[in-house]
Amino acid sequence: MSTPMPDKPLVAKVPRIFTQQAANPPWKLPPRLFNARCRACWFTVGLLLLVMASFVSLELDWAAFASMEAARGMGRFVAEFFPPDLSPVFVNKVAWGAWETLAMSALGTAIAAMLGLAMAVPASRMSSQDSAWLRSPTRWLLNALRAIPELVWAALLLISAGLGPMAGTLALALHTSGVLGRLFAEAMENVPTGPGDALRTQGVGPLRVFAYATLPQVLPQLMSYTLYRWENNIRAAAVLGVVGAGGLGQLLSFHMGLFQMNKTATILAVMLLMVACVDALSFGLRRWMNR
Amino acid sequence: MSLAAPRSSADRPSILPPVRPNNAVPARDPAFAGRMFWLSLALVLLWPLCVATEFRLWVLWEPENRKVTANFLRSFWPLVHNAEFLQMVARETWRTVAMATAGVTLALVLAVPLSLLATRVLSLSALSGRMDRWPAVLRWCVRATLIVLRSIPELIWALVFVRVVGLGPTAGVLAIALTYGGMLGKVYAEILESGESHATQTLMRNGSGRLQAFFYALLPSHAAELASYTVYRWECAIRSSVVLGFVGAGGLGQQLDNSMKMFNGGEVATLLLVFIALVALADHVSAWLRKALA
Repeated sequence: MSTPMPDKPLVAKVPRIFTQQAANPPWKLPPRLFNARCRACWFTVGLLLLVMASFVSLELDWAAFASMEAARGMGRFVAEFFPPDLSPVFVNKVAWGAWETLAMSALGTAIAAMLGLAMAVPASRMSSQDSAWLRSPTRWLLNALRAIPELVWAALLLISAGLGPMAGTLALALHTSGVLGRLFAEAMENVPTGPGDALRTQGVGPLRVFAYATLPQVLPQLMSYTLYRWENNIRAAAVLGVVGAGGLGQLLSFHMGLFQMNKTATILAVMLLMVACVDALSFGLRRWMNR
Repeated sequence: MSLAAPRSSADRPSILPPVRPNNAVPARDPAFAGRMFWLSLALVLLWPLCVATEFRLWVLWEPENRKVTANFLRSFWPLVHNAEFLQMVARETWRTVAMATAGVTLALVLAVPLSLLATRVLSLSALSGRMDRWPAVLRWCVRATLIVLRSIPELIWALVFVRVVGLGPTAGVLAIALTYGGMLGKVYAEILESGESHATQTLMRNGSGRLQAFFYALLPSHAAELASYTVYRWECAIRSSVVLGFVGAGGLGQQLDNSMKMFNGGEVATLLLVFIALVALADHVSAWLRKALA
């Protein structure tokens, strides 16, 4: 079957399976060297150049982390962590910080889900008749919200909201609304159009079509996106406080700034415990739902 | 879920009688009770959250806060665009990219050997049924190490390293290297275990070493996926290296932090625009590379 069979009568006698073309025609020459292969080598050369330029231009302080002194410094640093401060007063404070972190992430995600839904509606084309003239401006807005990380939002919001968890909550809400809005819009555009079209042909208005046809179909997906982002946001909220936006991070940067390493150790332990719990919980839930 | 009209309610009037095409909507919302229940439950749950986060939006509208905000926002325009500042921005942008690249490179140095150690497919003893005890313990330990590395946020690593090696990009590179080493290692191991292991096992059954089996069977079948995940993580590293600047690891983030502390709105606006452009560029480059690699 390596050669094509030009004459008709012969083909008719051969069973069909042998006359089918091979997936990769064997008489075709391999691709030119400068077309395919060299794309890969240009890519490799570019990558190596980028990596080398990065290491050279950064003037990394290799001595600082490869010398004995650095190792000793690190050792001293870690040794200062012990014993962690477990006095009831301080543990209470840390527990409150953990609750604050959790509340920040939950409220931030809830606000983000609402904002995201509100922006996803103009950002998606619901039907083929929908002109969706707001679609690209809204998507630009969503991209901008998404591009700025939570921490930068928090630092910006500190100016108007002041130090404390509210700035962190708003920061989480703004960044996450960008992420969720985009995901929601994609989900709404990919929904089967049948139910919506059926309502629309009967003269039902866009609001009712959304409430009774689009939303019920996408709601499970929206919920799962929101829960997923919540999981991410718990992790993000734990560190947001480093710029002063409340939660465990604020306690951490405060006590670390005062070189109270025993207290820092407790906060770090609680933070890790919280992240590990969230990870384990989400892993368990996912496994349970996929079963 | 509550917004969906319950299908079981038998007394529900037909939604769309064909004789009245225009106002063919039930007079009463069939899901009203459920909707009110969920709404009030949500409000009850939200209350303690609002208390805990000191969520008082009206604070934003207090006169002095409003004045500060308005002044800050007004100072965004005109953007600062003198040559000196732009040069500095270009230098810091490159430093941000370089930090991410160097960090991901070091992370690869960490992740590749660890993921090879952690992969169950490359176990010789597992070919004959169960894996031996010590290899299993070793694999479990490596995996736990990766998970611990990954679960400490890079910002915390950076805070720690700034204390040990001082301010500057070294701390940022190390932080990215450790966190991303954990992430990459864990996901590499998962990717390597996800596909068909038939070819690998055949090679090992016929006497090839583990590394040979890796290079000739496991790697070729997963190379595209591994590469595209690495590129995706590089994109993420660019985003997080900006954030690391806020704790003193250099790059765009540190400049942004400085400008914000000095309430220099024009500089903040320029830096934010450059940052958004950088993220969009990295997004496009990474999407293009992933498409080319697939």
